[in-house]
Amino acid sequence: MKKLIITSENVKFLQKINELADQDITLCEQCGTCSASCPMVAEMDITPSQLMRMVQLGLKEVMETKAMWVCASCYTCTVRCPRGLDVAKVAEALRQVYLRKALDYIEIKKIPKYEFVSLPQIAIVSACRKFTG
Amino acid sequence: MKIGVYVCHCGGNISEVVDIKKVMEFAEQQGDVALVKDHAHMCSDVARKMLVDDIKEYGLDKVVIAACSPQFHGRTFMGTVEKAGLSPYVMEMANIREQCSWPHYYQPELATKKAKDIVKMAIVKARLDEPLEKKTSPIGKRVLVIGAGIAGIQAALDLGDAGFKVYLVEKEPSIGGKMAKLSRTFPTEDCAACILSPKMADVPANPNIELLTNTEIESISGFLGNYDVVAVRKPRYVDITKCTACDKCAEACPVVVPNEFDEGLSSRKAIYLPNPIAVPHAYVLDDKSCLGLFPLACSKCYDVCDAGAINYDEKPERINFTVDTIIVATGYEIFDPRKKKVYEFAKSKNVLTALDLERLISLEAEGTVLRPIGRRIAFIQCVGSRDELVGNEYCSRICCMYATKLSQLLKRADPKRDVYVFYVDLRAFGKGFEEYYKRAQRTGVKFIRGRVAELHEDSHTHKVRLKVEDTLTREIIESEFDLVILSVGLRPSEGTTKIADTLRLIKSPGGWLQEAHPKFRPVDTLADGVFICGCAQGPKDIPDTVAQASAAAARAIRLMNKGEYEVDPITAFVDEKLCSGCGICAGVCPYEAITIELKDGKRISRVNEVVCQGCGACVASCPSGAQQQRWFMTSQLHAMLSAALGEEV
Repeated sequence: MKKLIITSENVKFLQKINELADQDITLCEQCGTCSASCPMVAEMDITPSQLMRMVQLGLKEVMETKAMWVCASCYTCTVRCPRGLDVAKVAEALRQVYLRKALDYIEIKKIPKYEFVSLPQIAIVSACRKFTG
Repeated sequence: MKIGVYVCHCGGNISEVVDIKKVMEFAEQQGDVALVKDHAHMCSDVARKMLVDDIKEYGLDKVVIAACSPQFHGRTFMGTVEKAGLSPYVMEMANIREQCSWPHYYQPELATKKAKDIVKMAIVKARLDEPLEKKTSPIGKRVLVIGAGIAGIQAALDLGDAGFKVYLVEKEPSIGGKMAKLSRTFPTEDCAACILSPKMADVPANPNIELLTNTEIESISGFLGNYDVVAVRKPRYVDITKCTACDKCAEACPVVVPNEFDEGLSSRKAIYLPNPIAVPHAYVLDDKSCLGLFPLACSKCYDVCDAGAINYDEKPERINFTVDTIIVATGYEIFDPRKKKVYEFAKSKNVLTALDLERLISLEAEGTVLRPIGRRIAFIQCVGSRDELVGNEYCSRICCMYATKLSQLLKRADPKRDVYVFYVDLRAFGKGFEEYYKRAQRTGVKFIRGRVAELHEDSHTHKVRLKVEDTLTREIIESEFDLVILSVGLRPSEGTTKIADTLRLIKSPGGWLQEAHPKFRPVDTLADGVFICGCAQGPKDIPDTVAQASAAAARAIRLMNKGEYEVDPITAFVDEKLCSGCGICAGVCPYEAITIELKDGKRISRVNEVVCQGCGACVASCPSGAQQQRWFMTSQLHAMLSAALGEEV
């Protein structure tokens, strides 16, 4: 088992996400309502409540998880959180931190035309937003 | 004039931030200051003895204590000064803790500067203090107890036993409150009805208690030692002295309605016995469901009543009486789970509240099976508690333990049952609770940490499928249950909200009644002679409720026992020369202490100093400066302002 070492760096990470999401993530009481409400949770590697916990502890490993990308921003978690936290916004903040690195994961120009036609528009918009710099 | 200034370190609370020496040097330079001292704990016995000795030795006639808030230790030092032979109203407190060292912890230099200003303000006010004298007022031994649940019953019995006259007012036809509905009590598993019913029976047997059931408070006016109460007794249509509870009337009654005592799970007639252990043990006619009293449409109950107890012509009756003190024990209601839409309560057959289950278990113990309970049972905790979506931030305190208790009762009736408790945090705070929780774990009840996100009842099988994350393993659980119990939280009862308005009591967040001080005056209110106990003050279990009820009784006795009580002379008074009789003061007075009277053909305001609580509203509203308040004279406040602004005083 890996030992968890928490330093002031962890607090900085939490503060950064707090600021970006305009939430006080420390207030999460880890009840799991968000996880059990999430329609995408089956596709996630960690549950939304686990994501919140990792941010609380300032664990940057959260940036390497799949969960924040799988989040469909349906806001069910936000609507149901008994502490009134905007969980979807936290996931969005994490994505922002990642996207600010401005890396291209897909090249729009290289997508063949027939795929462009058959892909749902929302998928293209979200791909541009999430996977290009 | 000789002013003594005492600067307290508060064991570091003040001295770690404020430079005590500098404050003392500053105080020494102020006019009329004859003595400046400091002490690690001014409130300690030894420091207070020093204060008494100094007053005598140096002939001090004013004292300034630079320490904590007057709310905290004002009375302490007033008592000390009085002991030394001075009026308690020549003592001034300079609050350099709550208003200085605590909030300005990181700015010690500025804090020291502010402490000096605060001390100076207290000194200039002390200069203008007049030695007021305490007054006493006679008081009787009559108490109004509102609400006859376990809290009201306990308070009434304590007061009655101590020889005080008690008016116990209950809006329901029987006393006993919510406790009478419960199956057993945690953690000892005593049968609730068995331990409650002897206490209920003691109430009418006590010669000092006048029990008024089916009665609601209409209005209360007056003040400590003289509260005028108007209560309205709703018609019961049954003479409780004649009724023998033979049940013939109910047998004859053709009207069937849901029984509120069983949470609507069973039915009753329009004429009914409120509950099996009802006190007074007499039937009551529910005029809302009766076929019709005016004009009389059916008289079946009347025809079969051998005792002649039924009287259809009963009218609401207004009852007036006067009491000296009041105890509010108006209790709680359970949270309405329909507000939590994801739990589909009232839409699903197999989703019940914990109070429903209490009734089912109680009735089963008496031999009545209303419905099957099933094999797989889930409890959902924190329904309506700790949930900002429904506006309730507070923890209802009792749900963890009542769910644990119910799980035990279910397991005992059928050990093969699977019982799951889905909780957010398990709070076993009371004596013997943690042990009880452990016992429940030993019997195989599964406690799973996670708030249930949603549930749905199958329309064919009526099994309830719920979805929850086990937050300890991070697995999403989707499981089916025969019965889901919502561990509903508590909210202030309608009566509690109404009485708060009637008596102008302050409410804490959540709508519960606010105590005067959370630690040292837990059953007092800021209204003199009004006490609170039980769940009206906040959610609590039976032992805490009973303890609080006895405490409220003791606090009421403390006021009344001597036959007189001390009245603060910090009241408003009128300078008749300046008063124009405009009446603005009378309008703003929240205690109705001010009347406008004619004197020599001129309208002037008159303050009833017994009623006046010294809030100062009239003083602030008076356009001509005729209203003044003792100990807070305008001249004093001006002097303090000038001192704060750095002007020469």
